[in-house]
Amino acid sequence: MAEADNGVAQEYEHERVPDSAQKGASSFWGMYAGEHTAGTEFMIGPLFVAWGASAFDLIVGLLLGNLFAVLTWRYLTAEIAVGRRMTLYYQLERICGRRVTLLYSFFNGVLFCFLAGAMVTVSATAVGVPFGDRIKMPQFTDTLPTGMVWIGLCVVIGAVMTVVAVKGYGFVARVSHIAAPWMFCVFVACGLSVLGKLESFDLVSLMSPAPGTEPKIGFWGVVAFSWFCNAAMHLGMSDLSILRYARHPRYGWASAAGMYLGHYVAWICAALLLVYWVRDYGVDPQAGAAPGPMVFDAVGWAGLLCVLVAGWTTANPTIYRAGLAFQGVMPSITRAKATILAGGVCTIASIFPAFAMKLLDFVGIYGTILAPIGAVIFVDYFLADRFGLVKEPAVAVAQSGDATVLMAWLIPVSVAMWFYLRQGVAPFFLPLPCWVACGLIYLGLRKTNRPMTGDDRESQKL
Amino acid sequence: MTFIAKFLSVLALSLTVLAPFLFALGKLGEASMKGALVVGAIMWFAAAPRWFQSTD
Repeated sequence: MAEADNGVAQEYEHERVPDSAQKGASSFWGMYAGEHTAGTEFMIGPLFVAWGASAFDLIVGLLLGNLFAVLTWRYLTAEIAVGRRMTLYYQLERICGRRVTLLYSFFNGVLFCFLAGAMVTVSATAVGVPFGDRIKMPQFTDTLPTGMVWIGLCVVIGAVMTVVAVKGYGFVARVSHIAAPWMFCVFVACGLSVLGKLESFDLVSLMSPAPGTEPKIGFWGVVAFSWFCNAAMHLGMSDLSILRYARHPRYGWASAAGMYLGHYVAWICAALLLVYWVRDYGVDPQAGAAPGPMVFDAVGWAGLLCVLVAGWTTANPTIYRAGLAFQGVMPSITRAKATILAGGVCTIASIFPAFAMKLLDFVGIYGTILAPIGAVIFVDYFLADRFGLVKEPAVAVAQSGDATVLMAWLIPVSVAMWFYLRQGVAPFFLPLPCWVACGLIYLGLRKTNRPMTGDDRESQKL
Repeated sequence: MTFIAKFLSVLALSLTVLAPFLFALGKLGEASMKGALVVGAIMWFAAAPRWFQSTD
Protein backbone atom coordinates (compact mmCIF):
# COMPACT_ATOMS: atom_id res chain seq x y z
CA MET A 1 0.00 0.00 0.00
CA ALA A 2 1.49 3.33 -1.00
CA GLU A 3 2.24 5.50 1.98
CA ALA A 4 2.64 9.25 2.20
CA ASP A 5 4.88 11.09 4.68
CA ASN A 6 2.44 10.63 7.50
CA GLY A 7 2.41 6.90 7.10
CA VAL A 8 -1.18 6.72 5.97
CA ALA A 9 -2.26 5.11 2.75
CA GLN A 10 -3.46 8.01 0.64
CA GLU A 11 -3.63 6.60 -2.84
CA TYR A 12 -6.51 5.03 -4.71
CA GLU A 13 -9.07 6.88 -2.57
CA HIS A 14 -11.28 7.42 -5.63
CA GLU A 15 -10.34 4.45 -7.78
CA ARG A 16 -9.94 0.68 -7.60
CA VAL A 17 -6.68 -0.55 -6.09
CA PRO A 18 -4.57 -1.75 -9.05
CA ASP A 19 -3.06 -5.26 -9.10
CA SER A 20 0.45 -3.82 -8.61
CA ALA A 21 -0.51 -2.30 -5.23
CA GLN A 22 -1.96 -5.48 -3.75
CA LYS A 23 -0.26 -6.99 -0.71
CA GLY A 24 0.57 -10.46 0.56
CA ALA A 25 -1.18 -12.27 3.39
CA SER A 26 1.54 -11.64 6.01
CA SER A 27 0.85 -7.87 5.97
CA PHE A 28 -2.73 -8.51 7.03
CA TRP A 29 -1.88 -11.03 9.76
CA GLY A 30 0.60 -8.54 11.27
CA MET A 31 -1.73 -5.58 10.91
CA TYR A 32 -4.69 -7.31 12.57
CA ALA A 33 -2.55 -8.71 15.41
CA GLY A 34 -1.18 -5.23 16.15
CA GLU A 35 -4.39 -3.23 15.77
CA HIS A 36 -6.37 -5.42 18.17
CA THR A 37 -3.78 -5.48 20.95
CA ALA A 38 -4.58 -1.97 22.11
CA GLY A 39 -4.62 -0.06 25.38
CA THR A 40 -8.36 -0.52 25.67
CA GLU A 41 -7.88 -4.30 26.01
CA PHE A 42 -6.60 -3.52 29.52
CA MET A 43 -10.06 -2.09 30.28
CA ILE A 44 -12.28 -4.67 28.61
CA GLY A 45 -10.96 -7.77 30.42
CA PRO A 46 -11.49 -6.30 33.91
CA LEU A 47 -14.91 -4.93 32.90
CA PHE A 48 -16.05 -8.51 32.18
CA VAL A 49 -15.04 -9.40 35.75
CA ALA A 50 -16.88 -6.34 37.08
CA TRP A 51 -19.99 -7.46 35.20
CA GLY A 52 -19.81 -10.87 36.87
CA ALA A 53 -19.06 -12.99 33.78
CA SER A 54 -18.34 -16.60 34.74
CA ALA A 55 -15.21 -18.49 33.69
CA PHE A 56 -17.18 -20.63 31.21
CA ASP A 57 -18.89 -17.57 29.72
CA LEU A 58 -15.54 -15.88 29.20
CA ILE A 59 -13.46 -18.81 27.97
CA VAL A 60 -16.09 -20.39 25.68
CA GLY A 61 -18.14 -17.26 24.93
CA LEU A 62 -15.11 -15.33 23.70
CA LEU A 63 -14.01 -18.34 21.63
CA LEU A 64 -17.39 -18.46 19.87
CA GLY A 65 -17.96 -14.71 19.52
CA ASN A 66 -14.51 -14.15 18.06
CA LEU A 67 -15.11 -17.02 15.62
CA PHE A 68 -18.29 -15.28 14.39
CA ALA A 69 -16.34 -12.03 14.05
CA VAL A 70 -13.63 -13.74 11.97
CA LEU A 71 -16.26 -15.41 9.74
CA THR A 72 -17.95 -12.03 9.22
CA TRP A 73 -14.64 -10.47 8.19
CA ARG A 74 -13.85 -13.38 5.89
CA TYR A 75 -17.18 -13.94 4.13
CA LEU A 76 -18.67 -10.43 4.08
CA THR A 77 -16.02 -7.73 4.38
CA ALA A 78 -13.16 -9.44 2.53
CA GLU A 79 -15.44 -10.66 -0.30
CA ILE A 80 -16.75 -7.15 -0.98
CA ALA A 81 -13.33 -5.52 -0.41
CA VAL A 82 -11.63 -7.75 -2.98
CA GLY A 83 -14.60 -7.62 -5.37
CA ARG A 84 -14.81 -3.83 -5.45
CA ARG A 85 -11.36 -2.71 -4.16
CA MET A 86 -12.64 0.66 -2.90
CA THR A 87 -12.56 2.51 0.41
CA LEU A 88 -15.74 2.53 2.46
CA TYR A 89 -16.21 6.26 1.78
CA TYR A 90 -15.85 5.96 -1.98
CA GLN A 91 -18.11 2.92 -2.02
CA LEU A 92 -20.76 4.78 -0.02
CA GLU A 93 -20.46 7.80 -2.30
CA ARG A 94 -21.16 5.58 -5.32
CA ILE A 95 -24.21 3.99 -3.66
CA CYS A 96 -25.86 6.79 -1.71
CA GLY A 97 -24.26 10.02 -2.86
CA ARG A 98 -22.06 12.58 -1.22
CA ARG A 99 -24.46 14.03 1.36
CA VAL A 100 -25.17 10.74 3.13
CA THR A 101 -21.46 9.93 3.04
CA LEU A 102 -20.74 13.28 4.73
CA LEU A 103 -23.28 12.53 7.47
CA TYR A 104 -21.66 9.13 8.00
CA SER A 105 -18.22 10.80 8.12
CA PHE A 106 -19.45 13.22 10.79
CA PHE A 107 -20.79 10.42 13.05
CA ASN A 108 -17.65 8.40 12.38
CA GLY A 109 -15.40 11.36 13.28
CA VAL A 110 -17.20 12.12 16.54
CA LEU A 111 -17.23 8.46 17.64
CA PHE A 112 -13.54 8.12 16.70
CA CYS A 113 -12.81 11.09 19.00
CA PHE A 114 -14.61 9.45 21.92
CA LEU A 115 -12.81 6.16 21.27
CA ALA A 116 -9.44 7.95 21.15
CA GLY A 117 -10.47 9.73 24.36
CA ALA A 118 -10.93 6.36 26.07
CA MET A 119 -7.42 5.37 24.93
CA VAL A 120 -5.96 8.61 26.33
CA THR A 121 -7.75 7.87 29.62
CA VAL A 122 -6.12 4.42 29.76
CA SER A 123 -2.70 5.95 29.03
CA ALA A 124 -3.27 8.55 31.75
CA THR A 125 -3.78 5.80 34.33
CA ALA A 126 -0.27 4.57 33.47
CA VAL A 127 1.40 7.99 33.44
CA GLY A 128 -0.34 8.82 36.72
CA VAL A 129 1.17 5.89 38.66
CA PRO A 130 4.41 7.75 39.61
CA PHE A 131 2.28 10.60 40.98
CA GLY A 132 1.16 8.29 43.79
CA ASP A 133 -1.51 9.70 46.10
CA ARG A 134 -1.43 13.12 44.44
CA ILE A 135 -3.75 11.76 41.75
CA LYS A 136 -7.06 9.96 42.26
CA MET A 137 -7.34 7.24 39.65
CA PRO A 138 -10.84 6.77 38.18
CA GLN A 139 -12.85 3.66 39.00
CA PHE A 140 -15.45 1.87 36.86
CA THR A 141 -18.18 3.85 38.59
CA ASP A 142 -16.60 7.23 37.80
CA THR A 143 -18.02 9.27 34.95
CA LEU A 144 -16.71 12.74 35.90
CA PRO A 145 -13.08 13.92 36.27
CA THR A 146 -11.53 12.83 39.57
CA GLY A 147 -9.63 16.08 40.22
CA MET A 148 -7.44 18.83 38.81
CA VAL A 149 -4.30 16.65 38.58
CA TRP A 150 -6.24 14.09 36.55
CA ILE A 151 -7.56 16.82 34.22
CA GLY A 152 -4.05 18.26 33.80
CA LEU A 153 -2.61 14.84 33.01
CA CYS A 154 -5.25 14.08 30.36
CA VAL A 155 -4.85 17.54 28.78
CA VAL A 156 -1.07 17.12 28.53
CA ILE A 157 -1.29 13.59 27.06
CA GLY A 158 -4.12 14.60 24.69
CA ALA A 159 -2.17 17.68 23.55
CA VAL A 160 1.01 15.69 22.88
CA MET A 161 -0.94 13.06 20.91
CA THR A 162 -2.71 15.78 18.91
CA VAL A 163 0.59 17.51 18.03
CA VAL A 164 2.07 14.19 16.90
CA ALA A 165 -1.05 13.46 14.83
CA VAL A 166 -0.86 16.92 13.21
CA LYS A 167 2.81 16.45 12.35
CA GLY A 168 1.98 13.09 10.81
CA TYR A 169 2.00 9.82 12.64
CA GLY A 170 4.37 7.83 10.46
CA PHE A 171 6.70 7.43 13.43
CA VAL A 172 3.86 6.28 15.69
CA ALA A 173 2.65 3.82 13.07
CA ARG A 174 6.15 2.37 12.98
CA VAL A 175 6.40 2.19 16.79
CA SER A 176 3.02 0.47 16.82
CA HIS A 177 4.18 -2.07 14.23
CA ILE A 178 7.36 -2.82 16.18
CA ALA A 179 5.75 -2.83 19.62
CA ALA A 180 2.84 -5.18 18.78
CA PRO A 181 4.59 -8.56 19.45
CA TRP A 182 6.15 -7.22 22.64
CA MET A 183 2.84 -5.77 23.88
CA PHE A 184 1.13 -9.12 23.38
CA CYS A 185 3.89 -10.81 25.43
CA VAL A 186 3.38 -8.23 28.21
CA PHE A 187 -0.35 -9.10 28.30
CA VAL A 188 0.64 -12.76 28.71
CA ALA A 189 3.20 -11.74 31.36
CA CYS A 190 0.45 -9.94 33.30
CA GLY A 191 -1.67 -13.11 33.29
CA LEU A 192 1.23 -15.35 34.35
CA SER A 193 2.36 -12.94 37.06
CA VAL A 194 -1.13 -12.80 38.54
CA LEU A 195 -1.41 -16.60 38.46
CA GLY A 196 1.88 -16.69 40.41
CA LYS A 197 0.60 -14.20 42.96
CA LEU A 198 -2.64 -16.15 43.34
CA GLU A 199 -0.63 -19.40 43.56
CA SER A 200 -3.00 -21.22 41.25
CA PHE A 201 -3.30 -22.15 37.59
CA ASP A 202 -6.97 -23.09 37.93
CA LEU A 203 -8.47 -20.45 35.64
CA VAL A 204 -12.03 -21.74 36.03
CA SER A 205 -11.94 -21.47 39.79
CA LEU A 206 -10.10 -18.12 39.82
CA MET A 207 -12.43 -16.44 37.35
CA SER A 208 -15.66 -17.63 38.95
CA PRO A 209 -17.56 -14.68 40.42
CA ALA A 210 -18.03 -14.63 44.19
CA PRO A 211 -21.19 -16.40 45.42
CA GLY A 212 -24.18 -14.08 45.43
CA THR A 213 -22.82 -11.91 42.61
CA GLU A 214 -25.60 -10.81 40.29
CA PRO A 215 -24.13 -11.18 36.76
CA LYS A 216 -24.79 -8.27 34.37
CA ILE A 217 -23.58 -10.29 31.39
CA GLY A 218 -24.08 -13.95 30.49
CA PHE A 219 -22.78 -16.37 27.89
CA TRP A 220 -24.65 -14.82 24.94
CA GLY A 221 -23.71 -11.35 26.14
CA VAL A 222 -20.03 -12.28 25.97
CA VAL A 223 -20.58 -13.87 22.53
CA ALA A 224 -22.42 -10.78 21.26
CA PHE A 225 -19.85 -8.37 22.69
CA SER A 226 -16.86 -10.16 21.20
CA TRP A 227 -18.64 -10.50 17.86
CA PHE A 228 -19.85 -6.91 17.63
CA CYS A 229 -17.25 -4.83 19.47
CA ASN A 230 -15.71 -4.28 16.03
CA ALA A 231 -19.05 -4.31 14.19
CA ALA A 232 -18.23 -0.99 12.51
CA MET A 233 -15.16 -2.62 10.99
CA HIS A 234 -16.63 -5.90 9.69
CA LEU A 235 -20.44 -5.60 9.38
CA GLY A 236 -20.06 -1.83 8.92
CA MET A 237 -17.45 -2.38 6.19
CA SER A 238 -14.95 0.12 7.57
CA ASP A 239 -12.23 -2.47 6.87
CA LEU A 240 -12.96 -2.32 3.13
CA SER A 241 -10.30 0.39 3.23
CA ILE A 242 -7.72 -2.16 4.45
CA LEU A 243 -8.82 -5.40 2.81
CA ARG A 244 -9.16 -3.79 -0.66
CA TYR A 245 -5.39 -4.36 -0.91
CA ALA A 246 -5.77 -8.13 -0.35
CA ARG A 247 -5.00 -10.41 -3.30
CA HIS A 248 -7.69 -12.90 -2.26
CA PRO A 249 -10.74 -12.80 0.03
CA ARG A 250 -9.22 -15.62 2.09
CA TYR A 251 -6.88 -12.99 3.58
CA GLY A 252 -9.91 -12.09 5.70
CA TRP A 253 -8.88 -15.03 7.88
CA ALA A 254 -6.03 -12.77 9.10
CA SER A 255 -8.56 -11.10 11.40
CA ALA A 256 -8.21 -14.27 13.52
CA ALA A 257 -4.80 -12.96 14.66
CA GLY A 258 -6.41 -9.88 16.16
CA MET A 259 -9.36 -11.75 17.62
CA TYR A 260 -7.56 -14.66 19.25
CA LEU A 261 -4.42 -12.82 20.40
CA GLY A 262 -5.95 -9.45 21.30
CA HIS A 263 -9.60 -10.24 22.02
CA TYR A 264 -9.08 -13.64 23.62
CA VAL A 265 -5.69 -14.14 25.26
CA ALA A 266 -5.16 -10.44 26.08
CA TRP A 267 -8.69 -9.95 27.45
CA ILE A 268 -8.44 -13.02 29.68
CA CYS A 269 -4.99 -11.95 30.94
CA ALA A 270 -6.30 -8.44 31.62
CA ALA A 271 -9.34 -9.89 33.40
CA LEU A 272 -7.02 -11.80 35.73
CA LEU A 273 -5.52 -8.48 36.88
CA LEU A 274 -8.81 -7.44 38.47
CA VAL A 275 -9.44 -10.96 39.78
CA TYR A 276 -6.20 -10.63 41.76
CA TRP A 277 -7.06 -7.16 43.09
CA VAL A 278 -10.49 -8.35 44.16
CA ARG A 279 -9.12 -11.43 45.94
CA ASP A 280 -5.97 -10.01 47.52
CA TYR A 281 -6.65 -6.29 47.92
CA GLY A 282 -10.38 -6.62 48.59
CA VAL A 283 -11.30 -4.24 45.76
CA ASP A 284 -15.01 -4.08 45.01
CA PRO A 285 -15.35 -5.70 41.55
CA GLN A 286 -18.15 -3.28 40.65
CA ALA A 287 -15.87 -0.30 41.35
CA GLY A 288 -12.84 -2.00 39.79
CA ALA A 289 -9.42 -0.36 39.54
CA ALA A 290 -7.58 1.68 36.92
CA PRO A 291 -5.44 -0.38 34.51
CA GLY A 292 -2.19 1.52 35.15
CA PRO A 293 -1.80 0.62 38.83
CA MET A 294 -2.97 -2.98 38.26
CA VAL A 295 -0.43 -3.56 35.48
CA PHE A 296 2.36 -1.86 37.45
CA ASP A 297 1.59 -4.09 40.42
CA ALA A 298 1.71 -7.21 38.24
CA VAL A 299 4.73 -6.64 36.00
CA GLY A 300 6.34 -3.33 37.03
CA TRP A 301 7.74 -0.59 34.79
CA ALA A 302 7.63 -2.67 31.60
CA GLY A 303 3.87 -2.98 32.15
CA LEU A 304 3.46 0.79 32.53
CA LEU A 305 5.41 1.29 29.32
CA CYS A 306 3.11 -1.23 27.62
CA VAL A 307 -0.08 0.56 28.78
CA LEU A 308 1.33 3.89 27.60
CA VAL A 309 2.54 2.59 24.23
CA ALA A 310 -0.66 0.59 23.65
CA GLY A 311 -2.80 3.67 24.37
CA TRP A 312 -0.59 6.04 22.41
CA THR A 313 -0.16 3.93 19.28
CA THR A 314 -3.89 3.33 18.96
CA ALA A 315 -5.14 6.79 20.00
CA ASN A 316 -2.90 8.59 17.54
CA PRO A 317 -4.14 7.03 14.30
CA THR A 318 -7.69 7.29 15.67
CA ILE A 319 -7.27 11.07 16.15
CA TYR A 320 -5.77 11.30 12.69
CA ARG A 321 -8.68 9.36 11.12
CA ALA A 322 -11.19 11.50 13.02
CA GLY A 323 -9.44 14.59 11.59
CA LEU A 324 -9.77 13.15 8.09
CA ALA A 325 -13.47 12.47 8.69
CA PHE A 326 -13.99 16.08 9.88
CA GLN A 327 -12.08 17.39 6.90
CA GLY A 328 -14.37 15.37 4.65
CA VAL A 329 -17.36 17.13 6.27
CA MET A 330 -15.71 20.58 6.12
CA PRO A 331 -13.44 20.51 3.05
CA SER A 332 -12.57 24.22 3.46
CA ILE A 333 -10.47 23.64 6.61
CA THR A 334 -6.93 22.28 6.39
CA ARG A 335 -6.10 18.76 7.50
CA ALA A 336 -4.00 20.20 10.37
CA LYS A 337 -6.93 22.25 11.68
CA ALA A 338 -9.29 19.28 11.33
CA THR A 339 -6.83 17.10 13.31
CA ILE A 340 -6.52 19.78 16.01
CA LEU A 341 -10.33 19.89 16.23
CA ALA A 342 -10.44 16.09 16.54
CA GLY A 343 -7.62 16.13 19.13
CA GLY A 344 -9.48 18.78 21.12
CA VAL A 345 -12.70 16.76 21.23
CA CYS A 346 -10.68 13.63 22.09
CA THR A 347 -8.84 15.41 24.93
CA ILE A 348 -12.09 16.74 26.41
CA ALA A 349 -13.58 13.23 26.18
CA SER A 350 -10.50 11.73 27.88
CA ILE A 351 -10.99 13.95 30.94
CA PHE A 352 -14.30 12.19 31.55
CA PRO A 353 -13.57 8.57 32.55
CA ALA A 354 -17.09 7.59 31.41
CA PHE A 355 -15.92 6.65 27.90
CA ALA A 356 -13.21 4.27 29.16
CA MET A 357 -15.04 2.99 32.22
CA LYS A 358 -18.25 2.29 30.25
CA LEU A 359 -16.31 0.89 27.31
CA LEU A 360 -18.51 -2.22 26.98
CA ASP A 361 -21.53 0.06 26.45
CA PHE A 362 -19.64 2.54 24.30
CA VAL A 363 -18.33 0.07 21.73
CA GLY A 364 -21.83 -1.41 21.47
CA ILE A 365 -23.30 2.03 20.71
CA TYR A 366 -20.44 2.70 18.30
CA GLY A 367 -21.29 -0.47 16.36
CA THR A 368 -25.04 0.16 16.53
CA ILE A 369 -24.69 3.61 14.93
CA LEU A 370 -22.06 2.84 12.29
CA ALA A 371 -22.48 -0.84 11.35
CA PRO A 372 -25.94 -0.66 9.69
CA ILE A 373 -24.61 1.39 6.78
CA GLY A 374 -22.59 -1.72 5.84
CA ALA A 375 -25.88 -3.51 5.10
CA VAL A 376 -26.51 -1.03 2.28
CA ILE A 377 -23.18 -2.03 0.71
CA PHE A 378 -24.02 -5.72 1.31
CA VAL A 379 -27.35 -5.36 -0.53
CA ASP A 380 -25.72 -3.44 -3.36
CA TYR A 381 -22.96 -6.02 -3.79
CA PHE A 382 -24.69 -9.35 -3.16
CA LEU A 383 -28.41 -8.79 -3.77
CA ALA A 384 -28.82 -6.01 -6.35
CA ASP A 385 -28.68 -8.35 -9.37
CA ARG A 386 -30.98 -10.92 -7.78
CA PHE A 387 -33.67 -8.30 -7.03
CA GLY A 388 -33.25 -6.36 -10.27
CA LEU A 389 -31.82 -3.24 -8.63
CA VAL A 390 -29.44 -0.74 -10.15
CA LYS A 391 -25.94 -1.24 -8.70
CA GLU A 392 -24.18 1.80 -7.27
CA PRO A 393 -27.25 3.98 -7.98
CA ALA A 394 -25.58 7.30 -7.12
CA VAL A 395 -23.22 6.76 -10.04
CA ALA A 396 -25.99 5.52 -12.32
CA VAL A 397 -28.31 8.49 -11.67
CA ALA A 398 -25.66 11.06 -10.60
CA GLN A 399 -27.44 12.11 -7.40
CA SER A 400 -25.76 13.72 -4.38
CA GLY A 401 -28.21 12.67 -1.66
CA ASP A 402 -30.32 9.60 -1.09
CA ALA A 403 -33.28 9.66 1.32
CA THR A 404 -33.68 5.88 0.86
CA VAL A 405 -30.32 5.12 2.47
CA LEU A 406 -30.87 7.78 5.11
CA MET A 407 -34.21 6.23 6.16
CA ALA A 408 -32.84 2.68 6.03
CA TRP A 409 -29.94 3.74 8.26
CA LEU A 410 -31.52 6.12 10.75
CA ILE A 411 -34.86 4.35 11.44
CA PRO A 412 -33.30 1.13 12.86
CA VAL A 413 -30.64 3.14 14.72
CA SER A 414 -33.33 5.35 16.34
CA VAL A 415 -35.35 2.30 17.37
CA ALA A 416 -32.20 0.64 18.75
CA MET A 417 -31.33 3.75 20.77
CA TRP A 418 -34.84 3.69 22.21
CA PHE A 419 -34.34 0.06 23.27
CA TYR A 420 -30.99 0.99 24.84
CA LEU A 421 -32.05 4.17 26.62
CA ARG A 422 -35.64 3.29 27.59
CA GLN A 423 -35.69 -0.50 27.81
CA GLY A 424 -32.18 -1.04 29.14
CA VAL A 425 -31.17 -3.48 26.39
CA ALA A 426 -27.37 -3.93 26.40
CA PRO A 427 -26.04 -2.08 23.31
CA PHE A 428 -23.82 -4.94 22.11
CA PHE A 429 -26.99 -6.92 21.26
CA LEU A 430 -28.18 -4.17 18.90
CA PRO A 431 -25.74 -3.97 15.93
CA LEU A 432 -26.94 -7.20 14.23
CA PRO A 433 -30.71 -6.49 14.36
CA CYS A 434 -29.98 -2.92 13.22
CA TRP A 435 -27.83 -4.18 10.36
CA VAL A 436 -30.47 -6.69 9.21
CA ALA A 437 -33.27 -4.10 9.51
CA CYS A 438 -31.24 -1.53 7.60
CA GLY A 439 -30.59 -4.03 4.79
CA LEU A 440 -34.26 -5.06 4.57
CA ILE A 441 -35.57 -1.47 4.64
CA TYR A 442 -33.05 -0.42 2.01
CA LEU A 443 -33.96 -3.40 -0.18
CA GLY A 444 -37.71 -2.73 0.20
CA LEU A 445 -37.46 1.01 -0.45
CA ARG A 446 -35.10 0.55 -3.36
CA LYS A 447 -37.41 -2.07 -4.89
CA THR A 448 -40.47 0.17 -4.63
CA ASN A 449 -38.67 3.43 -5.42
CA ARG A 450 -36.24 2.45 -8.13
CA PRO A 451 -34.01 5.35 -9.27
CA MET A 452 -34.16 6.17 -12.95
CA THR A 453 -30.98 5.57 -14.89
CA GLY A 454 -30.09 7.23 -18.20
CA ASP A 455 -31.44 4.17 -20.06
CA ASP A 456 -34.77 4.43 -18.21
CA ARG A 457 -35.13 8.09 -19.22
CA GLU A 458 -34.39 7.22 -22.83
CA SER A 459 -36.98 4.44 -22.90
CA GLN A 460 -39.55 6.79 -21.25
CA LYS A 461 -38.99 9.37 -24.00
CA LEU A 462 -39.59 6.68 -26.62
CA MET B 1 23.93 -7.78 12.01
CA THR B 2 20.34 -8.66 11.14
CA PHE B 3 20.86 -12.18 12.47
CA ILE B 4 22.09 -10.82 15.81
CA ALA B 5 19.15 -8.37 15.96
CA LYS B 6 16.68 -11.19 15.26
CA PHE B 7 18.33 -13.40 17.86
CA LEU B 8 18.16 -10.63 20.48
CA SER B 9 14.52 -9.93 19.60
CA VAL B 10 13.55 -13.57 20.10
CA LEU B 11 15.51 -13.56 23.34
CA ALA B 12 13.69 -10.41 24.48
CA LEU B 13 10.24 -11.87 23.85
CA SER B 14 11.25 -15.18 25.46
CA LEU B 15 12.45 -13.29 28.52
CA THR B 16 9.19 -11.31 28.66
CA VAL B 17 7.15 -14.52 28.85
CA LEU B 18 9.57 -16.88 30.61
CA ALA B 19 10.33 -14.60 33.58
CA PRO B 20 6.68 -14.35 34.73
CA PHE B 21 6.22 -18.06 33.97
CA LEU B 22 9.11 -18.93 36.29
CA PHE B 23 7.64 -16.50 38.84
CA ALA B 24 4.30 -18.29 38.58
CA LEU B 25 6.08 -21.60 39.24
CA GLY B 26 7.77 -20.06 42.27
CA LYS B 27 11.25 -20.36 40.72
CA LEU B 28 11.91 -16.61 40.43
CA GLY B 29 11.32 -13.70 42.81
CA GLU B 30 8.94 -10.85 42.00
CA ALA B 31 11.65 -8.17 41.83
CA SER B 32 13.80 -10.33 39.51
CA MET B 33 10.79 -11.02 37.30
CA LYS B 34 9.99 -7.31 36.98
CA GLY B 35 13.66 -6.53 36.33
CA ALA B 36 13.80 -9.18 33.60
CA LEU B 37 10.75 -7.62 31.95
CA VAL B 38 12.46 -4.22 31.84
CA VAL B 39 15.56 -5.83 30.30
CA GLY B 40 13.30 -7.63 27.80
CA ALA B 41 11.61 -4.33 26.85
CA ILE B 42 14.94 -2.55 26.32
CA MET B 43 16.31 -5.46 24.28
CA TRP B 44 13.18 -5.63 22.11
CA PHE B 45 13.08 -1.91 21.29
CA ALA B 46 16.83 -1.88 20.65
CA ALA B 47 16.92 -4.95 18.40
CA ALA B 48 13.53 -5.26 16.67
CA PRO B 49 13.64 -1.97 14.68
CA ARG B 50 16.80 -3.17 12.93
CA TRP B 51 15.30 -6.27 11.36
CA PHE B 52 11.70 -5.00 11.13
CA GLN B 53 13.22 -2.21 9.02
CA SER B 54 14.98 -4.66 6.74
CA THR B 55 11.84 -6.74 6.11
CA ASP B 56 9.28 -3.88 5.71
